[in-house]
Amino acid sequence: MTFTDFIFFAFSALLLASAMGVITARNPVHSALFLVLSFFSCSALWLLLEAEFLAIALVLVYVGAVMVLFLFIVMMLDINLVQMREGFVRYLPVGVFFALCLVGIMIWVVGDFSAGVFEVPTLQQAVQHGADYSNTKALGRVIYTDYVLPFEIAAVILLVAIIAAIILTMRRREMTKYQTPSKQVMVKRNDRLRIVKMEATVEESE
Amino acid sequence: MMISLSSYLILGAILFAISIAGIFLNRKNVVVLLMCIELMLLAANINFVAFSHYLNDLAGQVFVFFILTVAAAEAAIGLAILVVLFRNRRTIDVEQLNEMKG
Repeated sequence: MTFTDFIFFAFSALLLASAMGVITARNPVHSALFLVLSFFSCSALWLLLEAEFLAIALVLVYVGAVMVLFLFIVMMLDINLVQMREGFVRYLPVGVFFALCLVGIMIWVVGDFSAGVFEVPTLQQAVQHGADYSNTKALGRVIYTDYVLPFEIAAVILLVAIIAAIILTMRRREMTKYQTPSKQVMVKRNDRLRIVKMEATVEESE
Repeated sequence: MMISLSSYLILGAILFAISIAGIFLNRKNVVVLLMCIELMLLAANINFVAFSHYLNDLAGQVFVFFILTVAAAEAAIGLAILVVLFRNRRTIDVEQLNEMKG
């Protein structure tokens, strides 16, 4: 068992254990923290697969942004935890049954020992790149040439997500004072100024 | 023993099955349901990166890049909908959300 194997099995075990933690934790905050742990271990596995850019992006984007958003929401909502746990034991057998069926079928299809069911022209020894190989550079070269149009569409999707999230959660409060520019522009002199005719009076000095 | 492509595929399969079980078990709590969906996407991404490495093709990693983008957008919009839901109904229990017009 080489060191690489050890790394793979250690982080795989950590990933699966933290995934079990996500689905069984009693408190949603603990679920979110377990999910952070599983993203970290998955990022370590991606480093093992020489996908350095995606590993770093997973930590930055998911652990840094998405999971912080999850934690904010979980802590902001006042969730009744006892009520949320109802049905956990009731659905446990059927959930475990479906999961075991699914994992059995998938391992039967993709496993090593089932040659013939699922064959890919895989290189048994993956290409080992030299020390001067930059995954980020190669990925950037592909994204900005072959995949430049999907890349732009991805940017638009992110913009749509920003606008949708802001519009959904924005609300007008009664107490808030805000300006209406159209009314400000439409105002006439007569709305603001009243000219009063009156006779000139002279203060009589004593 | 070298780690083969199948090891990664089996890892992805087990992770996907765990998140399926999570959807069955936590079917009242929408936040945990969203987390399970994130786990499913992670399992799919593991498969993509593994294939990309073992077939020496960068297209798989580009696809993972786009999946990450869409998943981040989905999480943001999903959580925003969740906040609006909680503000209107004071609950995130899926079984109490059975009216179209509340």
